[in-house]
Amino acid sequence: MKKAKKMALIGVVGLAALLLAAACSHMMMSTGAEPPAASEFGFGPRASAAGLYTATLDPMQQIRVRRMQTMRVTISDAAGRKVEGASVTVDGGMPQHGHGLPTQPRVTRYLGEGVYEIEGVKFNMGGWWEFEVAVTAAAGADTVTFNLDL
Amino acid sequence: MRSPFNRNVVATLVAAMAIIACAALPAGNRWSEHERAAIADLWIGNLDELAPDPTNRVADDPRAVDLGHRLFVDTRLSSNGRVSCATCHDPAREFQDDVPVATGVGTTNRRTMPIQSTARLAFLFWDGRKDSQWAQALGPLESPVEHGGSRAQYAHVIAEHYRSEYEALFGQMPSLDAVPRTAGPVPDPVARRNWEGLSASERDAVTQVFVNIGKAIAAYERRIEYGESRFDRFAGELIRTGRAPDGVLTDDEMAGLRLFIGRANCTQCHSGPLLTDDHFHNTGVPAVSSLPFDDGRESGAPSVQADEFNCTSRWSDDPDACSELNFLVAHGSELRRAFKAPSLRNVADRAPYMHAGQIASLEDVVAHYDAAPASPHGTSEIRPLALSRRERQQLVAYLRTLSGGVEAPESLLHAPASTKSAYEVR
Repeated sequence: MKKAKKMALIGVVGLAALLLAAACSHMMMSTGAEPPAASEFGFGPRASAAGLYTATLDPMQQIRVRRMQTMRVTISDAAGRKVEGASVTVDGGMPQHGHGLPTQPRVTRYLGEGVYEIEGVKFNMGGWWEFEVAVTAAAGADTVTFNLDL
Repeated sequence: MRSPFNRNVVATLVAAMAIIACAALPAGNRWSEHERAAIADLWIGNLDELAPDPTNRVADDPRAVDLGHRLFVDTRLSSNGRVSCATCHDPAREFQDDVPVATGVGTTNRRTMPIQSTARLAFLFWDGRKDSQWAQALGPLESPVEHGGSRAQYAHVIAEHYRSEYEALFGQMPSLDAVPRTAGPVPDPVARRNWEGLSASERDAVTQVFVNIGKAIAAYERRIEYGESRFDRFAGELIRTGRAPDGVLTDDEMAGLRLFIGRANCTQCHSGPLLTDDHFHNTGVPAVSSLPFDDGRESGAPSVQADEFNCTSRWSDDPDACSELNFLVAHGSELRRAFKAPSLRNVADRAPYMHAGQIASLEDVVAHYDAAPASPHGTSEIRPLALSRRERQQLVAYLRTLSGGVEAPESLLHAPASTKSAYEVR
């Protein structure tokens, strides 16, 4: 019994040390802006800054760095209605490195039902990217910022 | 039951172990999951199969490879009969020339870039002013300081020396009876005047032959890739077995690799199996006072958009396959004095470094990135690293593990028989 408890304690201590080690090696990697919480990452649905719209990203291929990608974005208004005929522009970048997207993606097609196709998306390195979808429609202008971890 | 460890003892122990772990990790030949993923990203084994080039119908035709090989080394494709592609892209020197700025019939403002794996790049040249291998190959041919000739001159060379090979690939050779031996949209006043004297259809016929020269050369260049390096043998075994092999890399080389994928931020630009993100960056590389002002991608982006031979041009075999060109960033401060991040494969074999050969040695390159000086124009993306002298040496040691030579059929690395080539001139 005493021996088992001692072993468990050593296990806990070891695990804690490993976690700390992982944390400090991670700290060594990061510079500048800190990424948001894990819950803020992903393809949505995600609300725009002022809450006018909700957008969901749908990559047409598994996202790979240094590859040209196509994405679809579905846009709804605050009442949940699909937004038709919006002007949608795309921007983004890496806050930790202070640079923008390597390409200039744009909406090339409206597919109906609030779905807009974005072509020319590329990410030239792994890490935390912001992907901003700016929407201008009847409800006004607002921007949805997705956080992607590649 | 009373625990043999009170809380203070446990807390002290945890802290002590954490400090030991922080100091000891990373170290030696143990790699975290994060580091293993970063190493896998650089492994040559993760290079995708070469994608087709729909803009060049003969890109994968072996007859075009053969013709392109002969044209690559043919010094008749120059104004003085002494310069071929191989003059600067010397197969015996891993397709470069060991000098700060290239010398053809005159002297250029830029360092020769190797041609290995350029079929995989979206944009070529230091400023990305071309968007395919075949369009790239046409640039130096009409540069007054590289090959120095004109497209009519080159069309006549094809008609006289390569007619049957050409016609087998591209169909009937146009008649050049009315075309002067020197004519093209080049700075030379005689060639330009002769060019302007041709009809539109004559100019198109000559240009078509010129374009096909580029497409044949590209077919040859597509076969030239990078070979497996010692780093790749280390990475491959790590990925296949889950265990880092001993004795493939030295302790210093492994320490350098750890810096490369970690604190030195090298993979910010030099990522993927070619160790380049195929993008343009301002890293504060000093200007050369004797050379003209060079703003890099700021000029390169509009140049490729306007290029007579770009992907969307009528000379392209698929003007719809141009997403890189259609979605390029054409303006903005990030383009200012940004230059292509070159592949670091074989980097130790091709000093001097940077777009005008400004930096003589790998030691000095690492010192540049460590110091991160302000850019002479625009804003540098890099920040000082505060590396120790030993760490800089370790990074250099790692960079020396990236040499793997050239991967290509052996016959493509020597001058083909019966060609007037740069090899004879050397």
